[in-house]
Amino acid sequence: MQRIGVFVCHCGTNIAGTVDVKAVAEALKNEPGVVFSTDYQYMCSQSGQNMIKEAVAEHRLTGIVVCSCSPRMHEATFRKTAQAAGLNPYMVEIANIREQCSWVHKDMPIGTEKAVILAKAAVAKVNLNAPLTPGESPVTKRALVIGGGIAGIQTALDIADAGFPVDIVETKPTIGGKMAQLDKTFPTLDCAACILTPKMVDVAQNEKIRIFSYSEVTDVKGFVGNFDVTIKRKARYVKEDVCTGCGLCTEKCPQKNVPNEFNLGMDNRRAIYIPFAQAVPKVATIDPNYCTMLKTGKCGVCSKVCTAGAIDYSAKDEYIEERYGAIVAATGFNPISMEKFDEFAYSQSKDVITSLELERLMNAAGPTGGTLLRPSDGEHPHTIVFVQCVGSRCAACEQKGKEYCSKICCMYTAKHAMLIRDKYPDTDVYVFYIDVRTPGKNFDEFYRRAVEEYGVHYIKGMVGKVSPEGGKLKVQASDLIYGKQLHIDADLVVLAAAIEPDKSARGLATMLTASMDTNDFFTEAHPKLRPVESPTAGVFLSGTCQGPKDIPETVAQAGAAASKVIGLLAKDKLLGNPCVAHSDEMMCNGCSTCEKVCPYGAITYQDKEFRMPDRTTKVRRIAVVNEAVCQGCGACTVACMSGAMDLRGFSSKQIMAEVDAICK
Amino acid sequence: MKFSYYPGCTLRTKAKELDRWARSSALALGAELCEVEDWQCCGGVYVSARDEIATKLSSVRALMSARDKGQPLVTVCSACHNVIKQTNHAMQTDKEFADKVNLYMSQDKEKREPYHGETQVYHYLELLRDVIGFDKVREAVKNPLTGKKVAAYYGCLLLRPGSVMGFDDVENPRIMEDFIRALGAEPVIYPMRNECCGGYMATEDPALAAKKSGAVSESAAGHGADVIVTACPLCKYNLVKNQSPVPVVYFTELLAEALGVKEDTHAE
Amino acid sequence: MQNKKSENLKEQVLRMSGVNPSKCMRCGKCSGTCPSYDEMEYHPHQFVYMVENGDIETLMKSDSVYKCLSCFACVDRCPRGVEPAKLVEALRLCVIRQKGKNHMTADDIPAVLDDEMPQQALVSAMRKYSK
Repeated sequence: MQRIGVFVCHCGTNIAGTVDVKAVAEALKNEPGVVFSTDYQYMCSQSGQNMIKEAVAEHRLTGIVVCSCSPRMHEATFRKTAQAAGLNPYMVEIANIREQCSWVHKDMPIGTEKAVILAKAAVAKVNLNAPLTPGESPVTKRALVIGGGIAGIQTALDIADAGFPVDIVETKPTIGGKMAQLDKTFPTLDCAACILTPKMVDVAQNEKIRIFSYSEVTDVKGFVGNFDVTIKRKARYVKEDVCTGCGLCTEKCPQKNVPNEFNLGMDNRRAIYIPFAQAVPKVATIDPNYCTMLKTGKCGVCSKVCTAGAIDYSAKDEYIEERYGAIVAATGFNPISMEKFDEFAYSQSKDVITSLELERLMNAAGPTGGTLLRPSDGEHPHTIVFVQCVGSRCAACEQKGKEYCSKICCMYTAKHAMLIRDKYPDTDVYVFYIDVRTPGKNFDEFYRRAVEEYGVHYIKGMVGKVSPEGGKLKVQASDLIYGKQLHIDADLVVLAAAIEPDKSARGLATMLTASMDTNDFFTEAHPKLRPVESPTAGVFLSGTCQGPKDIPETVAQAGAAASKVIGLLAKDKLLGNPCVAHSDEMMCNGCSTCEKVCPYGAITYQDKEFRMPDRTTKVRRIAVVNEAVCQGCGACTVACMSGAMDLRGFSSKQIMAEVDAICK
Repeated sequence: MKFSYYPGCTLRTKAKELDRWARSSALALGAELCEVEDWQCCGGVYVSARDEIATKLSSVRALMSARDKGQPLVTVCSACHNVIKQTNHAMQTDKEFADKVNLYMSQDKEKREPYHGETQVYHYLELLRDVIGFDKVREAVKNPLTGKKVAAYYGCLLLRPGSVMGFDDVENPRIMEDFIRALGAEPVIYPMRNECCGGYMATEDPALAAKKSGAVSESAAGHGADVIVTACPLCKYNLVKNQSPVPVVYFTELLAEALGVKEDTHAE
Repeated sequence: MQNKKSENLKEQVLRMSGVNPSKCMRCGKCSGTCPSYDEMEYHPHQFVYMVENGDIETLMKSDSVYKCLSCFACVDRCPRGVEPAKLVEALRLCVIRQKGKNHMTADDIPAVLDDEMPQQALVSAMRKYSK
């Protein structure tokens, strides 16, 4: 028989306002096993915890029930208290009489009655609790960062700085991500390349960091501390360790008409290419979709001109396997397709562009050498219209846009408008906005500068239609403050396209068993208190794969994710969760049902010899749970038809005892 | 294959050509259009108010008649199509509305099963795209309209509301352009193709209708069109009335011409 | 504060139209896209705002209810799915369903008619402007 102490918390008036806490403590005194019952204003406070410790000693308690807030909040606190008092921490149960009782009831008698029932259920469970000891598993001291944009770069640098090896897997031939495509960055207007490329070089030169560029993660197995990851290294047909990055092949390749994705298809590259001058690694890659040699077997120009002998047309995709202690998702974003927004005539006119395309048109390394020219005719645009929130804050239909605010557009549009007015003062710039959202250090000041010092016309209203007519873009829009419908003949229209998570994120989330929201952004373990951790242990989030954010925020989050990784890798061993499944081998019939429902791959089978009553032996197939992998979700326990599977700490018996106590 | 066919009032009067060429072309393509018996005028516009019942009964009668014959219902006029498709959608999705309508219908002399939007409604262009297939149309063309630059004018009724009509992408449609290509002509894409011609404002405020239809025809002409095609008699009226710089014809006329059935039907 | 009558009218308009004006985020795209904007005293976004605020009678007194072309561009382009055209329609019905408030009658037809005008124009106009 247990000796149970019951501690009823007032939580100020949070609980005591709708629950008669003294009556609850009194009612519990007569429950089987309860030898002590009391109430206190704040059970979680220092003095509340001391009260528990003293009661354990005084009444020789073997189990504890705390009637308080949700176990999410303070279960860990009270387990520590019990441990300090010499009890096994798993002898503590929480009766949630706040979120599930006082907060949802208005009537004191009803609230009190329910609190008593919840407390009785917890007592019934503690009567069946047994001490549990978590298992241990080793930690592989190496991290994997998936995605080589500014988020991945910063996370990798910070982890490496703490002395741990890091691998970056990047699907493109170079790291750098979206930031490498940007011209200037708000709110200081320093050039993106000037601040990014030194970091890229740092990555390349850091001996703790390996870059797997032009590569993809294809499989993830294992669990926190020990992830086994398969990485596909796509054939680049150029030996990475031999290529000197001289670029001669990219000048001599006769296949000149390949749309250049780095410039968003606004100019062409060769079939063998280096994405941009500061690429890391600076090695060439052959695009198999366009290379004449790979397609027809005739050409070989690049091989002939390569003095280093780096070209290898026979290269094949390679798969490597590596074990990691922690994984960071940094898969980034893309602007959404403008296909469904043709009221802005994106498909009808080359002079209707997205903001990212404008970045390339203003960049010295872009298709126009940094001079802002219209894509259609190479003329200077004199009237430019910016349209905000194209596809952002769009709840009309799922196929069209995104319900969320993309967060970065207000600031980059202010930047674009300002830069254009600065460089081409004879240009009229109009920005149609719904709201200007500029929270952030020096952000609103930046936007106001665009208006007050650079004379950008900010118009509260939305563009309804863009019509390409006679070489102009006729823009029809509302000016809500003036109360007028405006008609502007523009030369260039720039759409602030909503951003969405990279398409690779969904497949990756499945591999990592990391959860996502309805927009395919990775979900954090807690939106406020654990913003860089995924709910899946050992998986961390960096940058825009978690939600829209600008560069300063991305870098901050990347550093935070790194610190969490370092905290994990610094440990030699990890304590597991002892509330895991285990199978009663005498009852298991080896049917494989549990294995099929297990989302973590924690169940395997073994053939075991059993001694039979007649002294013969028999080999039977039985389920075995890898306790280090099991997350204690309980799916197997309900799927098991023979009742062999049970969950420690949440056994069927314990649950039934709780139900009985509630229904009594 | 047989289809129930709803011509509508204007196709019996001011837009006889739209009707005649639709029928003869369908026949040439192996589709038989069987006119719904005793059809009544659709009313020209769909009144979106949910408590508006009586004005939608004529559409429901046509839909029921097609349902009872087990045939899809085909329309040609944009307005009829809009009204009938929206009514059908309301019968499928708005239970309160459908119950009220069925209560009215139970008072009809002819007793019929209650209706819940079972009939498949095709615009003639959808029939060409989804049932006959533009490839088949291309094969049947005897006089390809090579070199002709044709501007498709969708207007509003064929496309909107997009979620109900499901006709094509409301901002970047291509069904008429694909139709034009199938006839061997060259489609002209211009921004005003899905903007309003002024519609029934021709009665209330002709100046406004003139402004709107003028913008459409000038846009088409400005993008190099030789001819504008439409499926809507009111669009055609507004464009022609307001001095379209290029001719405006029904899409069925081009179809009949390309299929080589235009002259036969003239002789009727 | 709204009085009882305007509250009733608002409820009626919302029920007839099926529109929820509180979904509006005040972007003004409806008014940016409206082909009748210049002919209207109150514009599509104002219809939404004024209905939300219960100012139905002001809208009912305005000729703007007759200027909507029912082209539904505002409906398909609204980023929030508000459907302003359905509100205008409901308001117009609120007016013309009153006794003696038909905006167009059969007697008005001969004056607007010409030889080419299709039947479709007349039936549409009668349906929009009279009960």
